[in-house]
Amino acid sequence: MSRTLSIEKPWQRWAVRAGVFIVMLILVVPGAWVVLTAFRPNIEVLARPAVWIPQQLTLNNFLGIFGLLPTQQGLPVASYFVNSLVISVTSTVVAIAIGMMGGYAFARYRFRGKATLFLGFMLSRTVPGVALSLPLFILWSRLGLIDTSFGLILVYLAVNIPFTIWLTDGFFRQIPVDLSEAAQIDGCTRWQAFWRVEFPLARSGLASAAIFAFLTSWNEYALASQLTRTTASKTMPVGLMDFTAQFTVDWTGMSAMAVLIIIPALVLTFIVQKHLIAGLTFGGVKG
Amino acid sequence: MAEVRLEKVVKRYGKAEVVHGIDLDVAHNEFVVLVGPSGCGKSTTLRMIAGLEEISGGVIRIGERVVNDLPPRARNISMVFQSYALYPHMSVRDNLGFGLKIAGEKPDQIRRRVDEAAEILGLGPYMDRLPQHLSGGQRQRVAMGRAIVRNPDVFLFDEPLSNLDAKLRGQMRVEIKKLHQRVKTTVIYVTHDQVEAMTLADRIVIMRDGHVEQVGTPSDVFDRPANIFVAGFIGSPPMNQLDAVVAGADGRPVARLGDGIEVPLPAEIAARTSEGQKIVLGFRPESFAPKGHSLHGAEQSLTLGRTVAIAEPLGTETILFTELGGKEVQGKMLNPRVVAPGETLEFTLDLVRLHVFDAASGRSLRE
Repeated sequence: MSRTLSIEKPWQRWAVRAGVFIVMLILVVPGAWVVLTAFRPNIEVLARPAVWIPQQLTLNNFLGIFGLLPTQQGLPVASYFVNSLVISVTSTVVAIAIGMMGGYAFARYRFRGKATLFLGFMLSRTVPGVALSLPLFILWSRLGLIDTSFGLILVYLAVNIPFTIWLTDGFFRQIPVDLSEAAQIDGCTRWQAFWRVEFPLARSGLASAAIFAFLTSWNEYALASQLTRTTASKTMPVGLMDFTAQFTVDWTGMSAMAVLIIIPALVLTFIVQKHLIAGLTFGGVKG
Repeated sequence: MAEVRLEKVVKRYGKAEVVHGIDLDVAHNEFVVLVGPSGCGKSTTLRMIAGLEEISGGVIRIGERVVNDLPPRARNISMVFQSYALYPHMSVRDNLGFGLKIAGEKPDQIRRRVDEAAEILGLGPYMDRLPQHLSGGQRQRVAMGRAIVRNPDVFLFDEPLSNLDAKLRGQMRVEIKKLHQRVKTTVIYVTHDQVEAMTLADRIVIMRDGHVEQVGTPSDVFDRPANIFVAGFIGSPPMNQLDAVVAGADGRPVARLGDGIEVPLPAEIAARTSEGQKIVLGFRPESFAPKGHSLHGAEQSLTLGRTVAIAEPLGTETILFTELGGKEVQGKMLNPRVVAPGETLEFTLDLVRLHVFDAASGRSLRE
C-alpha cells in the first residue's frame, strides 16, 4: 500500500541517479583528466592503446615547467603568475570599488536616463569579447598599451564593472532603505550610513561579485592572447600556448600549468565561500 | 525647549502635490498624534520633520531653528520606524549605542547610557543577541531604546505598532505612554489607528488627502468633530450618519429623516439652520440605546420603537443593529441583557449629543 503511494517508484529513483551520474561525469571527467595528466609521465599519456588507469605518478611535469629538470628548458611561469595575479587582483579591486558605488546609485537614487543606462550596461555584456579584439588591438597599439599590464587591466575593468553594477544593484535593493534612514537619524552622514550599515550587509553580495570579477580576469584568454606579447604582460592562460609547437603539443606540461591556474581560483573560492552565506539582512526589518 | 512648528508646509512629487500647506504647532513635551487613512500624507509629514523628505514649500522649525535644509543628523531627533529598522549585523547593545558611537561619545559613557535605556525598557537579558533572535515586541523595545538613548529634542514614531498582533499592540501602547511620562520629550506619532490616537495623544491631528481636518484633544475631536469626515473616523463603532432635511415647525426646526421621522434639533444648532437645508444628522451608538441602558441620563431625548436586526454581545455592552431613516444604524446597550433578533425595543436618542453637519460643505453646525 505504502509503496504504491510513494511519489517515486524504485526504477524512477534509479533513473534519476543514472541521469545525475552522467551529468557529473560530463562535468568532472575533463577536469579530473587534466589534473591526472599533470601528474603522469608523457610516455604514458601518449601511449597507444591508451592507458586508462595511471601506472605511475610523477612531479616531473611541474619541475619541468619551472626549469628544474636537466633535460628541459623552463618557462617564465613565475612572471606569468605574477602578471596574472597583478592584473586580476587590480582589476577586481577597482571593478568592485567602482561597481559597488554604481550599483548603490542604481539601487537608491533616481536620476535621468537611469533605465536606459542600466540597459546599456547589460547590452555591453552581450558583445562577445573576441569581437572587440581587433578594434581594441588597433586602439591599444596607438595608445602604446599593447603588452602592458595596465592595458589588460583596463579591458577587464570594462568587462567587470557593468557586471558588478548589475549584481550589487540587486544586493543593495534587498537591504531596506529604512536602515540607511535610521542610521542617518542616528547621526550618520549619507556616506557613514552606507559604510557602517549598508556595506556590511551587502558584504556577501560583494564577495560573490568579487569572485566573478576575479575569475573572469584570471581565466580570460581570447583578449589577453591578442593584447600581450612578452613576459611583461603575458598571463597564465596565454602562457599555456607556450606548450604548443608547430607539430607537437606538450600535453603533460600544459596540464601541469593548467593545474597551477586552477589552484588559486579554487583556494579563493573556498576562502570567500563562507562570506557568500546570504540572509544576513533578515531579522532587523520585519514586514 | 523643543517645540515643533510647521508653517504652510507643502510636499510635491513632480507635479502631484500630496501635502497642501499644513500648519501645526507642537508644544514642548507634548504628545501629538497624526492620524488619518492611508495616503493622507501623515507619514510624509513626519518624514519631512525628520528630514528624510525634502519639503517643497513652507517652513519647519524645531525649537528656534529653521530646519528646512538641515540633514536628519543635525536635527537632534530620533525616530522609531514601522519596520523597526534595527541594524541586523549588530547586537542589541550595539544597536542601542550606535548613535552615541557616531556622535563620538566615550565608551564608558555609551555603556552607562545604553544600560540606562535597557533598564527602562527591560532589555537587560537580550543585550548580546542579534535582532533576528528577538520577538516582535522585543524588537519594538530595542527600536524605542535606540530612540531614547540619544536624548533627542523630538521623538518621531511612524506607525510603530502596526506590525504587532492585537494583544501585544495593546501592551506596547501602554509602554509608550509610560515611556513618555518617564522621559518627558516632544513626541510626534503617526498612526492610522484611531484607538492609538485617542489613547496616546495630548492632541490629535486628523488628516485627509494632504489637509489637516481638525486639531484637538481626544475629547475635542470625539465630542465636537469639525466635519463629517472626523465624525466618521474617530470612534468605534463609528458615528451613525443619516441624511435629513431641515423642516420648520413653528420656530422649532426639526430634522426630517428619509422615512419621515422628525428629530428636534438642539436650540443652538437650530439657530444656524434654514428651512429646506440638507443636513447630515450624526449620533454615536452611545447616544442611541434601549431605555434604561444608556450611557448618559439624557435631559432631552426622543423615544423610538425599533426592531433589532442583529445583536453583538461584547460582555459589558451589546451593539444593536437596527434601522432608522432608511439606513442601518448601531446602538450601544450598556448593562446588557440577552436580545433576540427581531425583538422590538424602545430606543432613546440623546438629543443633547446630536451632531448636525451641513450636507453640502460637510462642516459641523455646532460651532
